[in-house]
Amino acid sequence: MGEVSVKLTVNGQPRAATVEPRVTLADFLREQLQLTGTHLGCEHGVCGACTVLVDGAAVRSCLMFAVQADGAEVTTIEGIGSPDGGLSAVQSAFRDCHGLQCGFCTPGFVVSVTAFLRDHPNPTDPEIREALSGNLCRCTGYQGIVNAVQQAAGAARRGELR
Amino acid sequence: MKPAPFEYHAPNTVADAANLLAELGDGAKVLSGGQSLVPMLALRLAVFEHLVDIGRIAELSGIERRNGALWIGAGTTQATVEASALVASEVPLLAVATPLIGHFQIRSRGTLGGSIAHADPAAEYPAVALALDATMEVVSPRGRRTIEARDFFAGLWSTSMEPDELLVGVSFPIWGGRSGFAVEEFARRHGDFAIAGAAIGIELDAVDRIRRCTLGLIGLGSTPERARTVEAELAGRPVTDVEPDEVGRLVMAALPSVPSDLHGSAAYRKRVGAAMVARAWTTAAAEARHG
Ligand SMILES: Cc1cc2nc3c(=O)[nH]c(=O)nc-3n(C[C@H](O)[C@H](O)[C@H](O)COP(=O)(O)OP(=O)(O)OC[C@H]3O[C@@H](n4cnc5c(N)ncnc54)[C@H](O)[C@@H]3O)c2cc1C
Ligand code: FES
Ligand code: FES
Repeated sequence: MGEVSVKLTVNGQPRAATVEPRVTLADFLREQLQLTGTHLGCEHGVCGACTVLVDGAAVRSCLMFAVQADGAEVTTIEGIGSPDGGLSAVQSAFRDCHGLQCGFCTPGFVVSVTAFLRDHPNPTDPEIREALSGNLCRCTGYQGIVNAVQQAAGAARRGELR
Repeated sequence: MKPAPFEYHAPNTVADAANLLAELGDGAKVLSGGQSLVPMLALRLAVFEHLVDIGRIAELSGIERRNGALWIGAGTTQATVEASALVASEVPLLAVATPLIGHFQIRSRGTLGGSIAHADPAAEYPAVALALDATMEVVSPRGRRTIEARDFFAGLWSTSMEPDELLVGVSFPIWGGRSGFAVEEFARRHGDFAIAGAAIGIELDAVDRIRRCTLGLIGLGSTPERARTVEAELAGRPVTDVEPDEVGRLVMAALPSVPSDLHGSAAYRKRVGAAMVARAWTTAAAEARHG
């Protein structure tokens, strides 16, 4: 069962590679492209640590094969901040509000929240909690994360999300 | 936690996909959004020699009125269904069910057809399809045929489709008149599969008598269920005379057998189910009466 070729854009850069079809997008990003900011917690769709943007939509990269991303535009946590290393509004809010402790879940939260606030710049509290339901955090107890989303929503309303 | 090796196929048309499935036989499986299949592959609960990815087949996506029903292509994502104004106005039961599926990151890849073909008794779409008497359209090299929802869900995670048949679309009847719809379900955490739930539609005549109602049930059998005897009993009655708790009791009494597992015993599921039916009935009845 041979390898197949894929061409995609990752964080704005065109990439081409050959992969075994069974390689998930998460493993492809981490192992072939060395983009290890995308974390793997459960590898079966439950924890959200592996969330990336594919053509703008937040998806679980452990539930997608790299071959399925052929032709797509992928944004990982490495592509969320500005190219000079500055933090995005969502990243700053997580830092300001103690939205992380060990940081393992954080890339998935930041990517998910970035997509959520782009689509819902005026979220209510229940909407925020619902949007966060697909990402698990073992450390923070979530309150700091909810606060971070509220702070970042202000930036989203001003159009300063990224 | 890595899927076993497989050969990958990405046909561009329904005809090519159907031919591939027939040619490859038992070792082949359809891959749509992957939100149910990939976890099973990762856990090696399932192993296939060939995956036929239908994600690049344009004719499988779309939402449009066809012959008085709303046709939705099997490959349409749950996120697209959620955002569709046409679904909200023509098939409100589907619209209210969609945000209850998993999380938004799941819905951005999970498809309507994948959810219905997967036939999980605790999933929202199979129950809605059964409640609304939806029609499934399937294709194989032998041609195209339709299967009514009541004949489609054959058992736990199994349907009456042949292994080489591809689900291409689902037609949902459009209810007119004074109607109301609701889905209520109980899950331990938001986005988990429901322990028990109900998907209900009610249509009233001009003087608030029940013209028809549908009582679909989630997680209360080995397939999605419907309480048809209770629907018949309620038809014709003034909706203001019907106690929601009574509907809950009647529906639970009419169920053939309720599953018992580590998420809840059968007795617990029935109590939760009765409460979900009563809540959904209350909401649907109010919407039918007051719009
Ligand atoms: C964390 C998590 C939470 C979830 N929570 C829920 C929930 O609360 N409610 C819910 O309903 N679902 C839930 N799901 C499942 C999700 O809705 C899936 O998207 C859906 O069940 C399958 O759709 P898919 O497009 O991803 O199909 P796939 O996973 O690609 O396929 C599922 C099955 O259907 C078959 N299949 C797919 N398309 C076709 C077709 N066109 N013709 C023939 N066979 C086909 C495949 O061969 C496979 O056997 C959850 C998933 C995850 C990971
Ligand atoms: S690693 Fe993908 S959801 Fe947990
Ligand atoms: S900060 Fe440790 S898991 Fe979330």
